[in-house]
This record gives sequence, structure tokens and C-alpha cells, in this order.
Amino acid sequence: MKMKKNKQKKSLAKISTSVVTHLGVYLLAFLTFAPFLWMVLTSFKDMGDIFQYPPKFLPEEFHFDNYSKVFDAAPFGRYYLNSIFVAVSVTIGQLITCSMAAYAFARLKFKGRDPLFYLFLATMMIPFNVTMIPGFMVLHWFGWIDTYQALIVPGLASAFGTFLLRQFFMTIPKELEEAAVIDGANKLQVLWKIIIPNAKPALATLAIFTFMGVFNDFIWALIVVNTEEMRTVQLGLAVFRDRYLTQWDLLMAGSVTAILPILIVFFISQKYFIKGITLSGLKD
Amino acid sequence: MSLNKFKNYFISSYSSGGGVEKKQRKGKSDILPAFAFLSPSLILFVIFILFPVFFSFYLSFQKWNMFSSESTFVGLDNYIRLFSDPEFWQVLKNTLYYTLGTVPINMALSLFVAYLLNKQIAGKKILRTMFFAPVVISPVAAAVIWRWLYDPNFGIINYALSWVGIESINWLNDPDAAMIAVIIMGVWKTFGINMVLFAAGLQAIPEHYYEAAEIDGAGRLSKFWNITIPLLTPTTMFILIMSMIASLQVFDIVYVLTSGGPLGSTKVLVFYVYEHAFKFFEMGYASAISYVLFAILFVFTMIQFKFMKVKF
Repeated sequence: MKMKKNKQKKSLAKISTSVVTHLGVYLLAFLTFAPFLWMVLTSFKDMGDIFQYPPKFLPEEFHFDNYSKVFDAAPFGRYYLNSIFVAVSVTIGQLITCSMAAYAFARLKFKGRDPLFYLFLATMMIPFNVTMIPGFMVLHWFGWIDTYQALIVPGLASAFGTFLLRQFFMTIPKELEEAAVIDGANKLQVLWKIIIPNAKPALATLAIFTFMGVFNDFIWALIVVNTEEMRTVQLGLAVFRDRYLTQWDLLMAGSVTAILPILIVFFISQKYFIKGITLSGLKD
Repeated sequence: MSLNKFKNYFISSYSSGGGVEKKQRKGKSDILPAFAFLSPSLILFVIFILFPVFFSFYLSFQKWNMFSSESTFVGLDNYIRLFSDPEFWQVLKNTLYYTLGTVPINMALSLFVAYLLNKQIAGKKILRTMFFAPVVISPVAAAVIWRWLYDPNFGIINYALSWVGIESINWLNDPDAAMIAVIIMGVWKTFGINMVLFAAGLQAIPEHYYEAAEIDGAGRLSKFWNITIPLLTPTTMFILIMSMIASLQVFDIVYVLTSGGPLGSTKVLVFYVYEHAFKFFEMGYASAISYVLFAILFVFTMIQFKFMKVKF
């Protein structure tokens, strides 16, 4: 009897801590997410609603036209095209250059392979701010300032991507390739027909990291872009915020526009983020 | 920038586990196809990383405004100027303030959330998504949102603070408050990434340690201090160093949130480099600043390296 009572007491305590834990986590999650909600709500308000104190949580009336106003006030459509064009180009470019380099490091035999690989890795330790000024100079000498090349070409190779793919390529069984080699396939065909189709999760992970990184990049665009037509979404938004300092309706609608595609990509591709971490081996 | 943390994370966890084949199988060398496969990456690295590293070092001993065709060798003048420039010391102090303010809060919060999410919680997936969302969005848009939250007259943060009797704070225009505002936003923006890393670390702790401790009558807190914390140390150290390296290079959120103001109270090192290079066109001086930052980061990288060797 006594034992049973004890057990009941214990499970009651367990339930109450579980309730507290739940409430705590939910509150923290809400606080973390609240800025997004506030942004979206504000983006539908008119200035009368916005400059109210105490703040009104819901807009009096949903002003969807704030969004069209943003596109009238600044060429966000153009910014979008630029950002997506640059991000897609860099992503495709990296998938190609990194696959090729990764295949060489994972499978080909040549003298000095491993030292060269470590040299590749070492480049990742160099902080961006050191290469920033000469990187700008190089583009200046090429006459590429304010062009798409300036936004795309420096990002086309990636030590991280090479490393990620190499690790994955090494887990692909060699037997698969040997069969192809016997059939007379050359190295490029092996890479294209055997390795690439078997490395889709790793390629997807790299593609998502790269796309998001480039789409969100700010400082490089800030340095190499001068004209309005070449601005990316991030640069456009930063200029927009300088111009419309307290036009919160437009600023919030602009922010939603800049954030939404990335949030959608993230929601869809979350499992690759997690997979990426699992790949790192810490989980098992 | 914050995705960089992930990148470095991959490296550290593979650097020795990865199978660099020690014994190369005998057979003919693939040097020609290897050269073909590697050349695109090699060419780009040489142009955009290797050359810039050396050129930046060279520039740091020059005086050059970028527009004139000639630069002048000035020896150590840029470095001497740097160390006698009170603004540089202020900027360095600001950067350390941001780093020492962000990193501990960030780590405590991310460990706490990861720990809670490791328990049986309903809706774990959605929660993780919510905590991680700030990491993936652009720093520029995030800073624009936070400017609105911090608005002194109509901002929701001051409104919430008024409930607990705290008077209106002029977050972004008060030199004493501005860096705190940047730190809060910085934590919000980046703790999700550390949460995911901590979560992976927590899952790697074998369940039977806890079971054994329970048999010995250990409570929640005791289990946390005596099992979780010690076994998590490698992860914690890794996150600590990575967070320091990332925080020392903060730029985007400062640029949009405060533009380094008010009165230079949030001006950080990368901002200072940017300003001298692309606003004042003092390429030599800016390169010297970036090399000093490089030196600081290098120390941290070496610590991380050493630590990784211990780990494997």
C-alpha cells in the first residue's frame, strides 16, 4: 500500500515537472518566434495603427497594399531576380567544382593528394575580412565591379563543399565504380553516372547551405555593387531602411518579402539540415 | 555568417575520423584527371584567397588610396598609427564587449533549450523549427525587424518593459544601451545553431549513465552537473571557440541596427575595417586593422585546433 502511494506521489511530481518544462519551452519558443509574428502583423497595418500606444496587436484592417507599395517604392522585383540569379548560379557552380575536386580527393591517386587536401581545408581558417580588400581589388582589375561576375565568381569554389562531398563520396562502395570502369567508362563518366546519383543527400545539403548563404549575404554585395539595378534583396533592403527610416509599414512588408522565401526553403528542407548534422557523426 | 559555424563543425568532427588513406593502393597515378578535376577550384582559391592573404599583408605596409596608381611604402606606420589611435582601442573594446556579452548568454540559453528539448516534449519538431528560424533568415531583415521592436516610442519591447515598471529605454540612441540591444539581437539570431549542436551532443550521452545514477538516488540537478556537463565538455568547448570566432567578426547586424552608433558605441572591428577601406579609402590602414583581427582569430583557431587533437 505504502509503496503504491509513494509511486503515485512520484508520478504526480513527474507530471508536474513535465508540465512546467512544457510551459517553459513553449514560452521560450513563443518569445523566439514573436519578432516574426510582430513583423507580419505590422506589415498589414497602416501608419495610424502603427503609431498607437499602447500598441494594438491586430491591424484594424488588413492592408495588403503595403506589399504593392513596397514594390512601387523600390524595385524589389529586380532585387529578387538578382538575388535568385546569383544564388542559383553560385549553387550550381559549387555543386560542379566541389564534386569534381571532391572526387579527385576521394578516389584518384596522385602524389601530394593529402597535403593538397589539407591545404584546401586550411583556407577555411582565413577570415573573410582579410581577403575582403584584395578581393575587391582583384574584381576592380578585372573590371567586374558592379557586375554579376563580381557577385558570382568569387563564390564558385568552396573548401567546405569539397570537404563535405569528399566525406560522402568515400562512403560510396568502390564496387559500383569498378563495374563501370570495366565497361570502359572514363573518370568523368564515373563521377557523373555513378558517384553523383549516389550522393544526392550530400549534394542537397551543400545546395541548401550555399543557396541560403548566398541569398542572405550582405557585406560582399555592399562592397562590389554600386548601382540600383545590381542590388540584391539584402542590399536593397538595407538601402530601403536608410530611405524610409520610420515607415514601418513598408519596412516590415519589405522584411517579410526578404525573409519569406528563405523560411519556406528552410521549412521544406529541414531534414537536410538535420541530416547534415547527422553526417558529421556526432549523433551516433 | 552563422552558417560558417556549421561548416567548421563538419571539419572538426571529421578531421581525424575521415579516412585519408594512409596506404595508397599500387597502380598508375591519376595525376592528369586529378589536375583537370581540381583546376577550377585551385584557380579560384589562388585568385580569391591565397593571393588576397598575401596582398593584404603587403598592403598593410603601404599607404594607398586605391585611386592613385602608386602606393607608398610606409613601413610599420599603419600599425603604429593603429596602436596609438584611441578609436581603435575603443573599437576593440566594443568588439570584446559584444563577444563577452553574447557568447555566455548564447551558450547558457542554447544548452538550456537543447536540454529541455531532449526530454519528452510534445511538438518537438515544431519547437526546434521555431528556435532555429532566426538562424536562417538574413541578418539585414532581422535587424530591420529589431529596429522596430526597439523603437523608443512605439516599440513592443519598451511596452513590455513598462508592465514591470521599467521606464522607456532609448535602445538604439543611448550609447549605454545600444550595445546591449545589439547583444540581445545577436543572441536571438544565433543561439539556434548552438542549440542544434548541443542537442547532438546530448543525444550522444548513453542513457545507461543516467539510469545508473538514478539507482544511486541522484536527482535531476545532480545528474545534470555530474553526468551531462562533464560528458558534454568536448561539444561545449567546440561551441565556445566557434562562437567567439563568429562574434569577433560581427558586422551585418551592427551595420543595419546601429551603423556603429550612437557615438561609435557599437562600432566593431569588421565595421572599422569596412569604414576605413570603403569610406575613407585608406586601403593600407584598413589592411593593417584586418591583420590585427586576423591575428586575434588565429589564436582562437589554434586553441580550437589543439583542442580537437585532444578530442580524437
